[in-house]
Amino acid sequence: MANPLQQFEVKTLIPIHLGGVDASFTNASMFMMFAVAGVATFLILSMRGRALVPTRWQSMAELSYEFIASMVRDNVGTEERKYFPFIFSLFMFILFANLIGLLPYSFTFTSHIIVTFAMAIMIFLGVTVIGIVRHKLHFFSFFMPAGVPKVMAPILVPIEIVSYLSRPVSLSIRLFANMMAGHTMMKVFAGFVIPLGILGGWAPLAVDVALTGFEFLVAFLQAYVFTILTCLYLNDAIHLH
Amino acid sequence: MSEGKHLKPLDDLNVRLSKAQAEQIPPIRDGITSQGGSMSGFGVAMRIGVELIAALIVGVGIGLLLDRFLETAPLFLVVFFFLGAGAGIMNVYRAASGLGLAAGYARLPENVDDDGDGTNGRT
Repeated sequence: MANPLQQFEVKTLIPIHLGGVDASFTNASMFMMFAVAGVATFLILSMRGRALVPTRWQSMAELSYEFIASMVRDNVGTEERKYFPFIFSLFMFILFANLIGLLPYSFTFTSHIIVTFAMAIMIFLGVTVIGIVRHKLHFFSFFMPAGVPKVMAPILVPIEIVSYLSRPVSLSIRLFANMMAGHTMMKVFAGFVIPLGILGGWAPLAVDVALTGFEFLVAFLQAYVFTILTCLYLNDAIHLH
Repeated sequence: MSEGKHLKPLDDLNVRLSKAQAEQIPPIRDGITSQGGSMSGFGVAMRIGVELIAALIVGVGIGLLLDRFLETAPLFLVVFFFLGAGAGIMNVYRAASGLGLAAGYARLPENVDDDGDGTNGRT
């Protein structure tokens, strides 16, 4: 039976070594470029008509724009529209990565924790810097909830700090675990189809069909969750409490 | 968007614009609980579990690093293991009670109806 984890192997396509650092162009890099190219193609081509009455493609692009715009408005605030381009790019990138990863023979780079963690730590650092720039030292009152007795501070403050530091970890693990678990499960069931033969093979095949639909849901949901949590973190840093 | 009455000339455009903008004052923070109403049970379980584990990972990580640099072998590992566990429980509590993932729970009492119009969030 084929190894269900084989699909996550990173293969070097073009070896590049810069001063001892392995910066090779891998299949992960290739699919990241595909995702960026896919987003760009989708948005540019579908908005080319700029029709007052949108075509199907144009309304898909407008829908995704509206979706994220209202998410930013509701969760971060009307004055914070300047963060919209970043959040929109983030959402489209993750969404396209997840969806492209569902194609047979493709590679899902969001199923690698280093990729999701890199995105999460960038967001975490950015949000923290925004918070410190906005509130100066007042930002650190974040770690001392108001109305708590002073006696509790030595325990509560470290707990709050650990809780704050766990944000990028939970953000990245959530996306990575969902994508990897789903893809592994699909491969495991697919591996049963041929060995069970023409009589029993239908059952795992049916499961795989259902899983494919479920994976589409997960691809959208996880892109959404990652984005909305970014919005919530941004909101916390801007408005404190 | 309402149609029809927008055939008016532009003279009261400013008034209409500011009115429309005033209506857009957002219900801040009603994040994942109200929007993710369609989230499956599996998704919720996943989220809660990850929350717990992540804090523990961070706590143990900090403990191990401090021990390595200060050479106080198991002391900080033990301390930060419990801090991490506490933070994990706190994260789970926040996620489950729909407070998002905010550090600090000062928001808890006034969060129930933050725009004061008795609608609790989205209008």
